[in-house]
Amino acid sequence: MSRPHASGYFRTGYGGEIALLDTRTQKAGLAAFALVLLALPFYDAPFLLDLVNQVLLAVVGAVALMLLTGFAGQVSLGHAGLLAAGAFTTGVLFKEVGAPFWVTLPASALTGAALGVVFGLPSLRLRGLYLAVSTLALHFIVIYAGNEYETRRGFSTGVVIDPPRIGEWVLTDARAWYFVLLGFAAASVLFALNLLRANTGRAWRAIHGREAVAEALGINVPAYKVLAFVISSTLTSIAGCLFAYYRGFVSAEAFSLFLTIQYVAMVIIGGLGSVLGAVLGAVFVTLFPYLIEWLINVLPTPASWANQVFAVNYAAFGLVMILFLVFEPQGLVGIWRRIQNYFLLWPFKHRPLSGSK
Amino acid sequence: MQLTVNILVLAAIYALVSCGYVLIYRVSRVLNLAHGELMMLGAYGLFATASLFSGHPLLAIAVAALLALTVGGLVYVFLMRRMTGEAVLAAVLTTIALGILLRGAMILVWTAQEQHPLEALGFSSSSISVGDARISTVSAVLILTTAAVYAGLHLFLHYTSWGIRMRAAGQNPLLAAQRGVGLHAIYALAWGLATFTGGLAGMLIASDAGLDQTMVVIGLKAFPAALVGGLDSLVGALIGSLIVATAEVLLIYYVDPLLSDVVPFFVLLAMLIVRPWGLFGSKEELDRV
Repeated sequence: MSRPHASGYFRTGYGGEIALLDTRTQKAGLAAFALVLLALPFYDAPFLLDLVNQVLLAVVGAVALMLLTGFAGQVSLGHAGLLAAGAFTTGVLFKEVGAPFWVTLPASALTGAALGVVFGLPSLRLRGLYLAVSTLALHFIVIYAGNEYETRRGFSTGVVIDPPRIGEWVLTDARAWYFVLLGFAAASVLFALNLLRANTGRAWRAIHGREAVAEALGINVPAYKVLAFVISSTLTSIAGCLFAYYRGFVSAEAFSLFLTIQYVAMVIIGGLGSVLGAVLGAVFVTLFPYLIEWLINVLPTPASWANQVFAVNYAAFGLVMILFLVFEPQGLVGIWRRIQNYFLLWPFKHRPLSGSK
Repeated sequence: MQLTVNILVLAAIYALVSCGYVLIYRVSRVLNLAHGELMMLGAYGLFATASLFSGHPLLAIAVAALLALTVGGLVYVFLMRRMTGEAVLAAVLTTIALGILLRGAMILVWTAQEQHPLEALGFSSSSISVGDARISTVSAVLILTTAAVYAGLHLFLHYTSWGIRMRAAGQNPLLAAQRGVGLHAIYALAWGLATFTGGLAGMLIASDAGLDQTMVVIGLKAFPAALVGGLDSLVGALIGSLIVATAEVLLIYYVDPLLSDVVPFFVLLAMLIVRPWGLFGSKEELDRV
């Protein structure tokens, strides 16, 4: 996974090629990062903790979309629909049969998997733009189903869900939520990394590169395409289920097209084709509205802006997305790699051409 | 009878909106998902000029239409031109981002309240009866405008040198450029025309139903109409609009009013399964995107 270092190529076995961490510095860095993450909730700031929880929730969804779009190369504009599917499965099961979380979570995952097949089938026939449009249509249909349920059952404002409980213990505390969400986020990142260095990930990359060649290499292209959709939407639905429990509330309004765009933006701004990018993008996009709100309060802005923070948010978000698409298509990961290269190669500017070693 | 009129009005709305999608897609192979927002911008443009030139409604409409044309051209020159040659997805995402930017900016300038450009122009809406059905004057004007726009576009594309160049650029940009067609000018013109027709649609819809954020949804719902007919065919857009509008009006009437927002997408999915390139679209398109 990690790239050979500029100072030399020291690998002696094939195992090193796919190791997730290959130097002591990397291991130490990861250990330090893990320690910071574990210590974070004990820093007493409820608002900050809520923010971090939102980021962790977004990481699960962003990693799922990254697997599909960034690696398998299948475009999806139906991400909010899949999140909604997970959230609504949880909401409906809770309301109708009072199911506990250890039923709703797998049920959401199953719904996600089933929808993944539905979302994935058009990909066998359609490519690029047309595929994106078909997933967009499915998004509207899922949201419609959710709306219909709300209206029919008389929950016009949304479905209220009790927090998950195990025996006497109820998961309400933000700090407890932090560890649960951290677990899910870390698990999904690890799952994605492992998947990508195994057969599945390689097959996806081959399909992304060129379908005809992938087929010639003996990869079952249709199966792997649908598999990409299934895995991605299962993970997304799990994120939707967590979202429902974390908010304690499910409503079709929360899963607008804008949410899809936010997730797509996470993947784009983070940098396509990198799990690190999905994480960075999730952090950036989730924190962005709060950054804007803070900026409005700090900078001298017209008074009317303070009343319409959401509009400023929209405008600024659109602008940032455009800037990234036009000037930095590699995303945050691209910037990060450039900084890394700058220090690795100093005093030189460019990486030597490969093969000229 | 009333149902037929409703279908016709809705089809005219979809047709007027969707020809913008078709124009841009046919010429530059970009799907413009900011069309709804650009349409809304046109309507707000009319609202602004109406107060600027109060007392001269025709002048206000003309200036607003010209503004829409210019804005479309500028969008290409300043933004989409940079995306030529990039992956299709990047271009589509850029239009989505542009849409969000525009939506936010429009709320900041004109607030999120519902506005009524028709009153600002000094007109009031009335309705006329056709047989035993009623149709508002604005809707009647809208149907006429749609007919005029389609006739105008047909004449433009087939009988003027700019129109022929535009078709050439759409068919094969490389060959067209070698024959001396200035691609950037053509693309800018296509964006301008698309925004112009979209702006007209926005103005008329806003005159009929008031002007607020929901207009974006109409823009999005018109897209299936374009795709059902075939993304690169104007005749297709017309027939696609008729199909989608018929399905929508009938299903709302006989089944469930809540369906209104999803019917076009059901039709879209059905079409994508059966015939992804649309009724009149060219088949090789699929592999080119």
